Amino acid sequence: MGARVYYANHRSHGDFVLLWVILPPALRAVTRPVAGADYWLRGKLRRYLIEKVFRGLLINRRVKRGDDPISIMLASLAAGESLIMFPEGTRNQGDGLLPFKSGIHHLAEKRPETEFVPVWIENLGRALPKGGMLVVPLLCTVTIGAPILLEPSERRADFLARCRNALLALEPAE
Amino acid sequence: MPALESSPSHTLLLVFAGIAGCLLAASLIALILRVTLPNGRTSPVILNLNARINAWWVMALILALAFWAGNAATIALFAFVSFQSLREYISVTYTRRGDYRALLWCFFFFLPLQYGLIGIGWYGLFSILIPVYAFLLLPISSTLGADTTRFLERVAKMQWGLMICVYCLSYVPALLTLDIHEFGGRNLQLIVFLLLAVQSSDVFQYVWGKLLGRRKLAPAISPSKTLEGLIGGVLTSTAVGAALWQITPFLWWQAALIALTINILGFFGGFVLSAIKRDRGIKDWGQMIEGHGGMLDRVDSVSFSAPIFFHIVRYWWG
Repeated sequence: MGARVYYANHRSHGDFVLLWVILPPALRAVTRPVAGADYWLRGKLRRYLIEKVFRGLLINRRVKRGDDPISIMLASLAAGESLIMFPEGTRNQGDGLLPFKSGIHHLAEKRPETEFVPVWIENLGRALPKGGMLVVPLLCTVTIGAPILLEPSERRADFLARCRNALLALEPAE
Repeated sequence: MPALESSPSHTLLLVFAGIAGCLLAASLIALILRVTLPNGRTSPVILNLNARINAWWVMALILALAFWAGNAATIALFAFVSFQSLREYISVTYTRRGDYRALLWCFFFFLPLQYGLIGIGWYGLFSILIPVYAFLLLPISSTLGADTTRFLERVAKMQWGLMICVYCLSYVPALLTLDIHEFGGRNLQLIVFLLLAVQSSDVFQYVWGKLLGRRKLAPAISPSKTLEGLIGGVLTSTAVGAALWQITPFLWWQAALIALTINILGFFGGFVLSAIKRDRGIKDWGQMIEGHGGMLDRVDSVSFSAPIFFHIVRYWWG
C-alpha cells in the first residue's frame, strides 16, 4: 500500500493526537505526524512524547540555511511511512480554513503517486483552543474524505485549491 | 393507603419489581416479534424496538442502584445526566474562541455548584443560580473575548443550554429537598412518580403511534409524532400516574391531574427540542443510548416537566 498524507484543519494541539488515535492500529504504526521542532523539543516531557510515543517527524518551521523540511518528509514517504500534516501552517482561531501553505504541493510534485487524504476535525478547536489549558468536554468528530492525487499538468494554485475545497466540503453544515 | 404503611424502601422495591415485570413483558413481546419474522427478513423498527427495551433495562437498573445507594448517589446520577446532555447540546451549538472561558464556567462551575446546592438543600440559591447569576456572568465572560461576531446568539444559546440541561433537570433530585407533611423519608417516591409518568408517556406515545398512528402531528418538526400517539400516550400515562397515587402525597384525582399536566409538558419538551434538532440538521443529540439516541433525546421531556412538578408539589404540599 502506498504512502499517504493525511491533511487536516488545525485549531488545537490535540488535533494530531485525535487523528493519530482514530487510525486503525496497522495504519497508525506507519503514520507519523509532522510537527514543529521549535515547540516539541522544548522540555523533557514534550520531547519524550513526540519522539517515543507519536514518533513525530520534526521539522524546523523557521527554515535556516541547510535545513530542508521537504526532503525529510520525502524520505519518510519513500520509506513507506504516511504523514499527518496541517497545511494551514498554524492553528486557526476563526472559522473555516486559512490559506494553505505550498508544502503538500512540493510533496505531490516529487512523489505524484502519494494520496492526499482530507480529514476534517470538528469541535476540538473549541474544546482545547490555542492558549487553553483545560478541556471543554465536547463531543468531537473526525470526517475522512476521498483521497486526492496530483493531476499530470495541474498547477500549484489549482492543486492547493482543490485540496482545500475537498477539506472544506467535509465541514458539517452550520 | 397500603404503600404508605409499608417502609419507604419496601415501597420502592415493589415499584421496581413492577417496572421489571413490565420490561419483562416488553422484552417477551419484542422477542416474539423478532422470531416470528419470515426467515431471513429483518425489520429496522423491530431491531430498534429491541435496542430500546434493552436500554430501558439498563436505565432502570442504574436508577435503582442510585436509589439504593442513597440521596447523594441520586443527585450525582442526575449531575451526570446534566453533564452528558450539556455536552451533546454545546457540541452542536455555535460558539467561538471568545466563549472558551464561559464554556468552562458552564461545565466546571455552574453545573457542579447547582447540584452541590441541591445536595445541601439551599433552595434560595439553587432556584436562582442559573437564571440570575449564570445569566449575567456568562455574557460578561464572553465579552472579555473581545469578539462581537454573532454575540447575542452565542450567549443566548449557552444560557439556553444551561437552563435546559442543568437547571431544569436538576429539579428532579431537588424533589429530595422538599419537606412534605407526613411524607418524611419518602421523597424518592416523588422522583419515581415524575419519571414513570413522563417516561411512560414517551413510551406509550411511541406504542400508540406505531399501532394506530395515522394523522401526522407536525411533520416539519417531528416526522414520527402522530395525533393518535399523542392522545393515546398522554391518556395512558395519566392513568399510570393515577394508579401510582398511593406512593405519593396526592389523592388519586390529584395524581391524575398532575400526571396529565406533566405529560403534556413532557410532550412539548420533546417537541421543542425536536425543533432545535431540525434547525441544526441533526436527527439525534448523540449515540450514547442505543435505540434512543443521545442522553438529551431521552430526558428532553423530563427537563420540561421537572421544574413545574417541583413547584406544584412545593406550593400545595410543601
